[in-house]
Amino acid sequence: MQKPQPSSLQPEIDLPGIDGGDNIMKIKEVPQDDIKTFRGYGTKTVYAVDENGQYTRVSTSGWDAEEVVLRDVVNDFEKAAQDAKVRAMKGEASPIEYFMNKYFMDVPALAAGMGLARWRVKRHLNPGVFNKLSDKLLQRYADFFQVDIHTLKKFKETI
Amino acid sequence: MDLIANFEHQHFAHCESGVMATLLKYHGLPLSEPMVFGLSGALCFAYLPFLKMGNMPVISYRMFPGYIVKNLPRRLGVKYFRRTYKNPDLAMAQLDEFVAAGQLVGLQTSVYYSPYFPPEMRFQFNAHNIIIVGKEADEYLVSDPVFDHLEKIKSADLKKARFARGFSAPKGLVHYPLVCPDSLDLEKLIRKSIKKTVRMMLYAPLPWIGIKGINHLARKVVKISGEHNDRYTRHFLGNIVRMQEEIGTGGGGFRFMYAAFLQEAYGIIKLPVLKEASDRMTAAGDAWRMFALECVRVVKKGCASEDLGHIARSLKRCGENEKQIYRMLKAVK
Repeated sequence: MQKPQPSSLQPEIDLPGIDGGDNIMKIKEVPQDDIKTFRGYGTKTVYAVDENGQYTRVSTSGWDAEEVVLRDVVNDFEKAAQDAKVRAMKGEASPIEYFMNKYFMDVPALAAGMGLARWRVKRHLNPGVFNKLSDKLLQRYADFFQVDIHTLKKFKETI
Repeated sequence: MDLIANFEHQHFAHCESGVMATLLKYHGLPLSEPMVFGLSGALCFAYLPFLKMGNMPVISYRMFPGYIVKNLPRRLGVKYFRRTYKNPDLAMAQLDEFVAAGQLVGLQTSVYYSPYFPPEMRFQFNAHNIIIVGKEADEYLVSDPVFDHLEKIKSADLKKARFARGFSAPKGLVHYPLVCPDSLDLEKLIRKSIKKTVRMMLYAPLPWIGIKGINHLARKVVKISGEHNDRYTRHFLGNIVRMQEEIGTGGGGFRFMYAAFLQEAYGIIKLPVLKEASDRMTAAGDAWRMFALECVRVVKKGCASEDLGHIARSLKRCGENEKQIYRMLKAVK
């Protein structure tokens, strides 16, 4: 896999430091960066001190810092998924590789989630092996990825 | 529609302590979320280089998931119901009975099968905690403490979420308090829990836990660019920050929540050292956030070797801050 350029991968956002000189997490210093991941899904809560020094819960629309590190991981997976999709269309990759990356998994995670040995999952990423898989096993993969079994079998036509 | 009466959804910083606080309050034992977190002794630091998730070492700022639900009831003297299942259909049928009987129950679920989460956050994390508060046709009403309002989940999704396989599989865990004591000796509980946290953070006989763990991680950070490529370095630093800020924490790697606990403890015991420790714990949380910013700068702009030295020094400082706090808290006996 080619090495991605960090600058092109990251969303272009400004990263201010933590405001204020004193070392106290005040309510007004709770980041409200309206990050993309939370949009449409609500807010999260953090603990911060009010003007009397009392801790209280404060809602936040997210912190750019957490968004950057999340996107960094997500972008890599999305790129790998796209790459696997193109190759699967040409019959050079197994659709399982596409779905694995689409749902942010690596081989150990997929194997654990499916309840299979890692070496078996690794084999299933080979298109030749994938084409010979039984319907029963394909159905298990389809259930795990929450897609129809035909999406796996007729990947080229359905995706 | 079955909806449990008198239920008021509350938005918390962390799923497990939030579920526990909600369930205990509903059964007549009102404890705040920081109190639940503090009394369980759930504050921790662990860097486990031999345990990988997503090809990254596990880094945790609290005890392992499930610790609070398992340990807090015993400490408080609460009789507690916990059950796991082998048969998913039985588990769902019993859940329906609980809902019909107006019994508020906590469940362990997988984020991967919870469609109400943002898609980017639906990783394979099996130790999420929710409360079921009702059922409407084929959908359950969910009080998920880290969301700001009630959510819904389809019965088929919930079934999958409760029986996800893999690391820390929920096995359909359902739990709720049976009998709560009329009153708690909070002072004794606070002293005991602080003692336990201090002991673990300072003296755990393993190099990966507590202050030793923080320093261990700092040493690793310096070495990392020599051992791996830039992409790995970025992911490694990003992983530290994700575990600190994003994975169910509420910011500052649980340090702010513990500071809130110490503040509340000071209100109950009036030991001046608790107030001082609370203020310092807040500063420690801020130091963790500054550390996170430094890591994020590297993730964004690429890595120079002097950056890593700088990051490692910040991390050591975070460890040093906390070491002083725990030493101070040794006075609480």
